[in-house]
Amino acid sequence: MMTTQNETLPTERKPLDMRRFLDDWVMLLAAVGIFVACTLLIDNFLSPLNMRGLGLAISTTGIAACTMLYCLASGHFDLSVGSVIACAGVVAAVVMRDTDSVFLGVSAALVMGLIVGLINGIVIAKLRVNALITTLATMQIVRGLAYIFANGKAVGVSQESFFVFGNGQLFGVPVPILITIVCFLFFGWLLNYTTYGRNTMAIGGNQEAALLAGVNVDRTKIIIFAVHGVIGALAGVILASRMTSGQPMIGQGFELTVISACVLGGVSLSGGIGMIRHVIAGVLILAIIENAMNLKNIDTFYQYVIRGSILLLAVVIDRLKQR
Amino acid sequence: MHAQLQTQTQHSTRGSLRFNGIGKTFPGVKALDGISFVAHPGQVHALMGENGAGKSTLLKILGGAYIPSSGELQIGEQTMAFKSTADSIGSGVAVIHQELHLVPEMTVAENLFLGHLPASFGLINRSELRHKALNCLKGLADEIDPQTKVGRLSLGQRQLVEIAKALSRGAHVIAFDEPTSSLSAREIDRLMAIISRLRDEGKVVLYVSHRMEEVFRICDAVTVFKDGRYVRTFEDMSQLTHDQLVTCMVGRDIQDIYDYRHRPRGAVALKVDGLLGPGLREPISFEAHKGEILGLFGLVGAGRTELFRLLSGLERNTAGRLELRGHELKLRSPRDAIAAGILLCPEDRKKEGIIPLASVAENINISARGAHSGLGCLIRGLWEKGNAEKQIKALKVKTPHAGQQIKFLSGGNQQKAILGRWLSMPMKVLLLDEPTRGIDIGAKAEIYQIIHNLAADGISVIVVSSDLMEVMGISDRILVLCEGALRGEVSRDQANESNLLQLALPRHRADGVAN
Repeated sequence: MMTTQNETLPTERKPLDMRRFLDDWVMLLAAVGIFVACTLLIDNFLSPLNMRGLGLAISTTGIAACTMLYCLASGHFDLSVGSVIACAGVVAAVVMRDTDSVFLGVSAALVMGLIVGLINGIVIAKLRVNALITTLATMQIVRGLAYIFANGKAVGVSQESFFVFGNGQLFGVPVPILITIVCFLFFGWLLNYTTYGRNTMAIGGNQEAALLAGVNVDRTKIIIFAVHGVIGALAGVILASRMTSGQPMIGQGFELTVISACVLGGVSLSGGIGMIRHVIAGVLILAIIENAMNLKNIDTFYQYVIRGSILLLAVVIDRLKQR
Repeated sequence: MHAQLQTQTQHSTRGSLRFNGIGKTFPGVKALDGISFVAHPGQVHALMGENGAGKSTLLKILGGAYIPSSGELQIGEQTMAFKSTADSIGSGVAVIHQELHLVPEMTVAENLFLGHLPASFGLINRSELRHKALNCLKGLADEIDPQTKVGRLSLGQRQLVEIAKALSRGAHVIAFDEPTSSLSAREIDRLMAIISRLRDEGKVVLYVSHRMEEVFRICDAVTVFKDGRYVRTFEDMSQLTHDQLVTCMVGRDIQDIYDYRHRPRGAVALKVDGLLGPGLREPISFEAHKGEILGLFGLVGAGRTELFRLLSGLERNTAGRLELRGHELKLRSPRDAIAAGILLCPEDRKKEGIIPLASVAENINISARGAHSGLGCLIRGLWEKGNAEKQIKALKVKTPHAGQQIKFLSGGNQQKAILGRWLSMPMKVLLLDEPTRGIDIGAKAEIYQIIHNLAADGISVIVVSSDLMEVMGISDRILVLCEGALRGEVSRDQANESNLLQLALPRHRADGVAN
């Protein structure tokens, strides 16, 4: 009714495009702004040591957020990722301890992630169980398995070559950061330039319409969760490598950090809206603020309050934008 | 009607409803421009116009959902400045929207008094609630038990609850927005009787509808809008003809809107043999030929959409077989049907057709892209861009650019984009479910044109419609469904309103309702 009459087109196009530009880029600009502000206001923020720490802090959240983007964009989410990270580290450590093979250890961890993801995907897509309940259940199951495999305590790793994932460097850049960048690029590309990526968006935008348009809804959903499982396990392997051990208690509440980062960047919780730059922006903002708070020696208790407030502010702004 | 109601109505002014130069501007668009007219008490006043003419916007202003950018509303001598829906309700205005505002999981009684439930110290007084609810429903819908959950009621009954709610609040101005769009013939009759009664009680009744026969049946005056502007008010319905009114709405003649051209009929394309499934009561058999436009007529609940759900693979058939151009088909999902070349444009565009957040181009390319991708998954950007542009141009989809989100387009243009989606695919049978519902007459004509061209290219087109004029205007042959069974087949030459309706009406009440 309001946008189709020809005579109104020229006046209309501009504000819409401006709006679109803001929607797409505002959070990334905010991330850059916060970065610059921290550089100016906080001593040592820009020091190589701190930048390295910041990069590593981004890496775990960043890798998992890439595939969480797909879950959110399709109108679901995955709470099991924190447990998968812990369990992957434990599985890798245990298999390496028993077989002395880094290859087998890493493979076993990734296969574990794949299986958890497939279970999530099949239950959600085929049995039509709510994603919240499904992944809440697998979150607890997988956490329990992590403790069982590890016998309740951290499992140390002695294979030197395993530490490449977490502590290696290429051209002076830590490997986890490189892997994160590759993930950002790959999953950003996947979302926009493959049928899989576009189908994900379509399912989140209107599942019924996607089904009637011939999209294989169930298969796409299963792939989304399976990939998320594998990538979560990859993040777990990297974390275990950084800490030289598989720790079953690690990553509690991590799934909420990842979802917060995505939503903070502009990914919609109800599906259909999401871009990799949203994810990058959200991950950057959360990590920079946390880093700045640490440098300023702000008490952990206050950090929780501040992080929560930022998330609340972001979703309120998002609501207001939609008016 | 009853004591408690009368004390409330005394507060509301009893005069006419006056719109004085009402305007409403949205960023970049003038939705309404200087609307002025008067609706008198004791009259049913119709508001007519194509989609986008501004009727709904006007009702939203009346209901307090929108604040007008200019002009004012008057009821009687009093100038109204509604800041919210609560203001509007408080001043004795009730707008009965297409989407009813009831809570399905709560009882009828609770819905009627939501917001002011009879209670003492927060405890709800159940017996008083029931008593008040029964009072409210008396004479409107005596058969409804106030303890029933609203979700269990039929759409028509829910509407009655909404009307009872409006009356219980002492409404003096009652506006109906397309009230009959999903009602059965019997429910429509009942609604008409209630509206007449409201008129006789001296209420101001506004009636928005696309359906001419209803407007001529019930209304005492008609105001026509076009493109957000007031066109004219007809005060004397007896002097007004159907064609005059349409011409006034469209601004041109509609004689040849259907533009039917005779086409040779080809071989059998789709053979449906004894098909049974959810929503069908008897096995259904028919054939659709190449190059034929087959109309499927029936009332709401006749099983038309259910038949389409079987043909498009959304639902599995429990018996019978399908044959497409001589080959047996087994449909397990919409993907199977699409692969076979049976393509469906669903009835509910917003819910099942478009992906609102995605661009027009996305919505067009979503189905065809698989076949045109590299390695089965890499998108060919150039092909997609070209295809979107091609369909937009060929179907005259009015959009600023292919990247525009489709939710900003009008219903007609959304429908054309979905047609573009299927035109990008190899097509043998096209299933159209209410293809022109809620679409303005200009876009309707263009869609009929597209349908004719497809048939001329040898596609079998099956059109479900509850618009009799449309079914008779475009079809070569018409199948009539009634209560989940195929009731008869009528050729184009023999079809007329009375024989189609006779077939479509359930036998046991056919005599009472047929007009």
